[in-house]
Amino acid sequence: MLELFNHPAAPEAIIAIAALVLLPVGAFVGNARAALISFLGILVLVAAAIVAGSNQLGVLFNGAFVHDDFAAFAKVAIFLASAVAIYLGHGWLARRDDEKFEFPVLIMLAALGMSMMVSAGDLISLYIGVELQSLALYVLAAFRRDEAKASEAGLKYFVLGALSSGILLYGVSLIYGFTGSLQFADISAAVAGGAGTGAVFGLVFLICGLAFKVSAAPFHMWTPDVYEGAPTPMVAFFAAAPKLAAMVLFARAMDAGFLGAQAQWSQVLMVIAAISFVVGAVGGLVQKNIKRLLAYSSIANIGYAILGIAAGTQMGLQAMLVFMVLYMVDVTAFFAVIMALQRNGQEMDTIESLRGLKREKPGKAIVLTILSLSVLGMPPFSGFWAKYYVFKAAIGAGLWPIAVAGLVASVVAAFYYLRIIKVMWFDEPVSPAGPSRAGPSWVAMAGAAFSFPLVLVALYWLDPLARHAAAAFGLQ
Amino acid sequence: MLQAIAFYLMAAVTLGSGLFVISARNPVHSVLWLILSFFSAAGLFVLMGAEFLAMLLVVVYVGAVAVLFLFVVMMLDVDFVRLREGYAQYLPIGGVVALLLMIEMVLVSFAVADRGAAAGKQIVAAAADASNAESIGRVLYTDYVYFFQAAGIVLLIAMIGAIVLTLRHKPHVKRQDIHTQVGRKRSNAMAVVTPKTGEGIADQ
Repeated sequence: MLELFNHPAAPEAIIAIAALVLLPVGAFVGNARAALISFLGILVLVAAAIVAGSNQLGVLFNGAFVHDDFAAFAKVAIFLASAVAIYLGHGWLARRDDEKFEFPVLIMLAALGMSMMVSAGDLISLYIGVELQSLALYVLAAFRRDEAKASEAGLKYFVLGALSSGILLYGVSLIYGFTGSLQFADISAAVAGGAGTGAVFGLVFLICGLAFKVSAAPFHMWTPDVYEGAPTPMVAFFAAAPKLAAMVLFARAMDAGFLGAQAQWSQVLMVIAAISFVVGAVGGLVQKNIKRLLAYSSIANIGYAILGIAAGTQMGLQAMLVFMVLYMVDVTAFFAVIMALQRNGQEMDTIESLRGLKREKPGKAIVLTILSLSVLGMPPFSGFWAKYYVFKAAIGAGLWPIAVAGLVASVVAAFYYLRIIKVMWFDEPVSPAGPSRAGPSWVAMAGAAFSFPLVLVALYWLDPLARHAAAAFGLQ
Repeated sequence: MLQAIAFYLMAAVTLGSGLFVISARNPVHSVLWLILSFFSAAGLFVLMGAEFLAMLLVVVYVGAVAVLFLFVVMMLDVDFVRLREGYAQYLPIGGVVALLLMIEMVLVSFAVADRGAAAGKQIVAAAADASNAESIGRVLYTDYVYFFQAAGIVLLIAMIGAIVLTLRHKPHVKRQDIHTQVGRKRSNAMAVVTPKTGEGIADQ
């Protein structure tokens, strides 16, 4: 019995079976007991995370499913982040009397798709994993279907996501045509002595499709609208786990499939990273809505993660993993604060509405300040360590100019994080907050505590784990 | 020779009808052109010896997808003239982008064709003893069972999504409840009254 849990695909099997069981159970007990389904969903995801961290490594289905150290690291982080997303989302929906048992099931299925993505050893499993995850996210974006903005966000996400899937598939078909195989192992053998024009052409389309999914500029157009329109807990989920999954998939496609074409893709990724820095930093300056602001912030941050992959070294991959994990904690906590802030029944999602927050809710103001400083990259908060890893790896690989661009971008971006802090601490309050049913903010507080000082303890074991995971491809 | 003629004919019809799909004024005509292009693409599959895919294309795309499109187009009251308002405005920039992309693709395909495309790469040989439906059947539930199951879950999500986003329980809709209908007694549905002559029946 216990051997089953040791199987390489055990976490996926656990989640798939649990989702299939919870769906009819939820249909029978109804939305009134959605709390039960959410609770069970969280338990299942935590169990899957434990299994993913301890089961046997291996390659299944003729190389289509690869469970190596790299995938295991990402899976643990993804499952835990999804469990937190269920907790946050359930509380948020319950406060609006809009609980639905489908919500935890959809998050679980999205987590299943993400774990397929990080384990993809083949272009078909890459595509199906991406679709599995995105389709669940489109539904989540439009989950509050009676709100015009949420429906708009869902529709935009869906249409642009379908476009990007089309681009990705076009690239996949070209790669298949020119290398004669869909498996990363065979593709890597075919491009070992330098990729031909055709394969590189396909690779560029593949990169464009993946860049859409991680919302890297210049494929970022959907991000601000979706972040603004979709319900806040769903955005908190979008910004964390799916980004990590897509980045890990990106790294695997490049390093396991196209190592021979490293000179080519490394250039493309550097350009994408540089454009993301500019768009993220400059675009954020004029935003008035916090969720839009965080969308631009995520574009800039994805640039740093891509820089880690562009470095093409083991150190770069380690930097990418550490960066994404620390960023996930920060961004989840940031959205948790926004969810916990309400004024007269309205979510306080504009920067203006935060005026004088220190007088009204000093605890939340402090938490938000710590998180802003952390995302900004101020030492000794976790955001600083995340960027430190990336810059160290980029400079180690000789990518000086892009690293400098990233540094400049984070200085420019500092303006908008500091503005949030200034508005909260030094401006006069607009109007006293009425009674509201805002949620608890212990997730936010935990996130703030993590960004300093817990991060120092966490890095002590995160560093070797990420290095071990990044060694899976046998890079330099 | 005959094969070449058939290929060029069907390829031309596919391309031509594809062009009409996007340029037809009437959306119903667009869908009909789409059906034609599916048919000629199915013909191209037959030429390549992939009868099963050809049949699949006709059954699934023509039989289900295109007819569904036709229903949607006819049922929804979409003002297509208004949808096309920006067409001329975006045409120049769209045209430039499309032209650039086309030039790139043509250049790449020439560069590739010079070197013999995918020549030399191993291509899976068709099984000699099986029709192509049978050879797909042999691998679909064995080698590719992972993809098959995962695709099933994708469809499950699509179904959950459709239900979550469209199902509404309206409070004031009267539905037939057979249990209450059958459980109704004479005593709570009928009453014998004896009204006096010249007076109406008061509300009971």
